[in-house]
Amino acid sequence: MARTAKKNPVDMSFSVITAIASFSVIIFIIGILYVLISESSLAIGKFGVIKFLTSTDWDPVKESFGALTNIYGTAVTTVLSLIIAIPVAIGIAIFITEISPNFLKGPIGVAIELLAAIPSIIYGMWGLFTLSPIMSNHVEPFLEKTFGSVPLLGILFQGTPMGIDILTASIILSIMIIPFTASISRDSFNLTPAVVKESAYAIGATKWEVVKNVVLPYSKLGVFGGIVLSLGRALGETMAVAFVLGNNHRITTSLLDAAATITVTLANEFAEADNDIYLSSLFYLALVLFVMSFITLAIAKYFLLRAERKYSR
Amino acid sequence: MTREQKRKIEGSIALSLSTMAAFFGLFWLVFILGDVLVHGIKALNLGLFMNDPAPAGVEGGGLRNAFVGQLMITLFATLIGVPIGVLGGTFLAEYARGRKIARLISILADIMVSVPSIVIGTFIYAILVKPIGHFSGWAGSVALAIIMVPVVLRTTEDMLSLVPWTLREAAFALGAPYYKVITQVVYRGAATGILTGILLSIARVAGETAPLLFTSFNNSFFSLDMKKPISSLTVTIFQYAMGPYDSWHTQAWAAAFVITIFILILTITGRLLVKWRYR
Repeated sequence: MARTAKKNPVDMSFSVITAIASFSVIIFIIGILYVLISESSLAIGKFGVIKFLTSTDWDPVKESFGALTNIYGTAVTTVLSLIIAIPVAIGIAIFITEISPNFLKGPIGVAIELLAAIPSIIYGMWGLFTLSPIMSNHVEPFLEKTFGSVPLLGILFQGTPMGIDILTASIILSIMIIPFTASISRDSFNLTPAVVKESAYAIGATKWEVVKNVVLPYSKLGVFGGIVLSLGRALGETMAVAFVLGNNHRITTSLLDAAATITVTLANEFAEADNDIYLSSLFYLALVLFVMSFITLAIAKYFLLRAERKYSR
Repeated sequence: MTREQKRKIEGSIALSLSTMAAFFGLFWLVFILGDVLVHGIKALNLGLFMNDPAPAGVEGGGLRNAFVGQLMITLFATLIGVPIGVLGGTFLAEYARGRKIARLISILADIMVSVPSIVIGTFIYAILVKPIGHFSGWAGSVALAIIMVPVVLRTTEDMLSLVPWTLREAAFALGAPYYKVITQVVYRGAATGILTGILLSIARVAGETAPLLFTSFNNSFFSLDMKKPISSLTVTIFQYAMGPYDSWHTQAWAAAFVITIFILILTITGRLLVKWRYR
């Protein structure tokens, strides 16, 4: 094809235009990285890399900034939401692929994907108006009463149950990422060859044994890729948590305390940053988030590609 | 208990847990959607679309400025993002088909789809807001366009790849240059698929809030000027829901209702198109 492409001048220019359009993706990525680094150079110069990442300071008045409280908040909410979301998502995938009668497969699949289409701000607002009161009036007092006095575990459930805290934010985040994980797991499960499953049934395996010993091992790469992808999404989610996390720059051990993630800090403080070092530190935070999520997403993509190659063989 | 019984019991426990998980997922969908519908319908009235916001804390007023602003930001984002995405996808699926560079860009685009949208907001702030000195509707549109490009690009690439190669060969055999083959044969064959990609990308950005917070910002007055800060539904929802007034909360529910319905219609239309075309 390349030969015909070079002969015609119109064709030549069309190919160049499409090439430029597709290179825009690379330009965006390099551009974002370059701009974020240059905007945060002031903060990088003042706080360095290690010190910024390990300092718990976040004090606009004293102009002293560190990212640790934000990274901590991001990590805790992300991990907690994954702990809730992964079993549910895999359960959904098993239900759709193995258990559900055929006429239900389509509608439930569509319903799960609609859940993924709802914008995150709707989740956030719903969390603030509906979930947060339920949490503060019923769930959190119950958790505090049940686990609050248990040694070690009790540390997680101390403080006033306000409903604006790590636990509520993580629950909303988990509802948001369940659809992603579920639909990727479902697609991976579906790739298990029917012959392999049938031979397991033929030697007398129960349905669950087929899922556990045939389908899951066969599709683990894809499922794992889906989980890492959800992790990447959860890291960068802003509006779903901005409503219900508070904006508390302290490291807390209790899940019933307010916290701050990188995204929530950016959303709340970016437009109000009134001096250069403050703004530069916020850009620095955005840079940390960009690098973190880019690496996570690249790892997810790597596993999904490996899974794809394995199944297509 | 025999071994068989144990295996059966273990199996039924695991399977009923999976079933419960599926209904747990459905439960949230019904809960969230139901809540938005119930609160939203109660708050809907004609004045919402006809009036601009009342001063803070005063009852009444509407969100006309936000509806119009949202439409303008999304429209211009579509006008910027869709051509770049479609052309870029064309390059990957046609001129660079099978090359390493196509593979690389495709993978990077997949990663870009999930990059935190708030980071893109900070990027646009640095290049379009800070140098100019004030927030603007254009900045918001460009931020959304950057989110759209990888989505449209990837679906276009996939859809063009589905068009059989023999179809192109038939056109080449008639002596058509490649650009004519692409625009008159390949695009026609993949039109429904590309349209679906565009619809889904609009659905994706129409609900975006984070990249608008410090690009298009907000404006409590009616404005059609894309060079000035402009109001959007999503940012208004954020501001109103976090605000202290009950009338604000009611209007936030109404706005949430409108935007959710809009996005669900786009998503369902997209799915039906694919089903109808590629069944």
